[in-house]
Amino acid sequence: MATYFLKRLGLSLITLWLLSLVVFYAGQVLPGNPGRFILGPLAAQSAVLALDHQLGVDRPLWVQYWSWISHFVQGNMGISYEYQTAVRPFIASAVEQSLKLAAVAFVIVVPLGIVGGVVAALKVGRPLDRIISISGLSGSTLPEFVSGIVLVAIFSVFFHLLPSTATSPPGASFVTQLDHLLLPAIPLVLVLFGYISRMARAGTIEALDSDYARTATLKGLPRSIVIFRHVLRNSLLPTITVIATQLGYLIGGLVVVETLFNYQGIGRLVYNAVTAKDFPMLEAGVLTIGVVYVLATLLADVAYSFLNPRIRLGGAE
Amino acid sequence: MIPLSERSDPIIPTAELRALETAGVQSPRTVWQQLLRSPTFLVGAFILLFWIVCAIFGNSIAPDDPLAQQLLSVNAHPSGAHLFGTDQLGRDVLSRVIVGAHDILIIAVSATLLGTVLGTVLGLVMGYFGGAVDAIVGRLVETLLALPLIIVSVLFILALGPSVPTLVIVIGFVFAPLIARTVRAAVLGERELDYVAAARLRGDSSLHIMFVEILPNVLSPILVEFTVRIGYAIFTVATLSFLGLGPPPPTPDWGADISANYDVISLYWWETLFPALAIASLVIAVNLIADSVESVLAQ
Repeated sequence: MATYFLKRLGLSLITLWLLSLVVFYAGQVLPGNPGRFILGPLAAQSAVLALDHQLGVDRPLWVQYWSWISHFVQGNMGISYEYQTAVRPFIASAVEQSLKLAAVAFVIVVPLGIVGGVVAALKVGRPLDRIISISGLSGSTLPEFVSGIVLVAIFSVFFHLLPSTATSPPGASFVTQLDHLLLPAIPLVLVLFGYISRMARAGTIEALDSDYARTATLKGLPRSIVIFRHVLRNSLLPTITVIATQLGYLIGGLVVVETLFNYQGIGRLVYNAVTAKDFPMLEAGVLTIGVVYVLATLLADVAYSFLNPRIRLGGAE
Repeated sequence: MIPLSERSDPIIPTAELRALETAGVQSPRTVWQQLLRSPTFLVGAFILLFWIVCAIFGNSIAPDDPLAQQLLSVNAHPSGAHLFGTDQLGRDVLSRVIVGAHDILIIAVSATLLGTVLGTVLGLVMGYFGGAVDAIVGRLVETLLALPLIIVSVLFILALGPSVPTLVIVIGFVFAPLIARTVRAAVLGERELDYVAAARLRGDSSLHIMFVEILPNVLSPILVEFTVRIGYAIFTVATLSFLGLGPPPPTPDWGADISANYDVISLYWWETLFPALAIASLVIAVNLIADSVESVLAQ
């Protein structure tokens, strides 16, 4: 178990290191000179060079990379080119906002996806199964802004039931915040529902087909007990993993949803940083997303191996 | 089916061995017949065909010039004159929706083709050779997957400058490792079979074994992956053009038209809702097809 955990941790660290290289390199490839960008097209070339020197962007790449990554690890994410202040508060508040939105989406989609998948598995091949599968697949490939717009048109424009912006007024109560977050969360729910229900369906079909489920049935146990006590416990294991890996997608989806609903989260922040060529903000934002994703998958794998004796007792390969 | 490695007769010509081992694979004709009997496939194909016709003949079908700005009828409600209304510049929304099918379909299909070809080659190499190649490429894929696809695409498109070829290349390259994973898994299953061993004993080159012996037997999962990926490609193209990275204006484009008119949705909902429904119908059509292909090939 300890070796499995260490191996998994090592792989995560390698992934993060590669990711930091990719992010840093992408920051270099994006066209544009930081000094020129900050000072504008009319500034003297000497002033641009002086600012480039002050920002440190005229140093060799590996020096820049080292100073960036070593500061990042210590929690210093640099100074934003656009706002001329520290990046960290922006990232912290954006992550908090996004987590709120993601939490609302997860609270809705996890139970819904599991129930949908299990029901589909119990009716495998029947019309209900096909309907759940196809609507799940369609939902997961429907761009968030498309479902978002249909929802806004219905709930906000035609029936005035829910607000069309995600940002609630400052100091708003929990219920008001929830009211604002409900509509933006639904496009995310639609996308995630497909993945989660498909995993739950596959896991349940496999468990229903297993020897222990057959034994339990032949033993004369009622079907409900077979399902709740024997099947679900095993079928939901892979679902845990898929829920965690969907975090990566979720943040990508947040870029669109946060833009559509005018919400200051991490997705919007990264997108704004890209268009504004604010490299420190961009690099910090993307790396933060990567860290969150890698941590989530690591936790999911560890949780999975704790819950699953087959992995816990060797067979970690 | 009994695993062939457990059979006693070792000397059978490769072709026969392969025919035995892949007895479950159907001929293209039976696959086609089964698809034509599936209602989900027919509905999906019908909607897709409609959009393909729009993409090819859009300019002749459209009731108006999609670029003509009729400044006297700006933001007009849907009516007999303009079935889907007009947008903020007085352009006919229906015409823009019809002509807009062109770019999204071209980009999505070409990008998926590119991604499938690259991914198949990568997957064959990873699955067949295994070992260090597999480990290194696998780690790179993992890294790429740690970033949301949209953010990766946005980074690359900004670096290369938005244009139709850029979109195709970026989406194709981003999809390749995902498709490679599927192909790799399928190749791992084939690699240990006797016909591969027989080809190796016969002295066939690795290249020949990968592309002539193994590839035909992993075509089913590749085809399924291809149809499913087209749905995701449409998703990605639409999202990127919504974020302002698609074909430049004034080209009729569903995603771009939505973001251009979204701020007035509470007053003029038709300017955003109709392009959104167009995207939705296309995505659902592709998924209906993908789902039928998957269920027919999985039998």
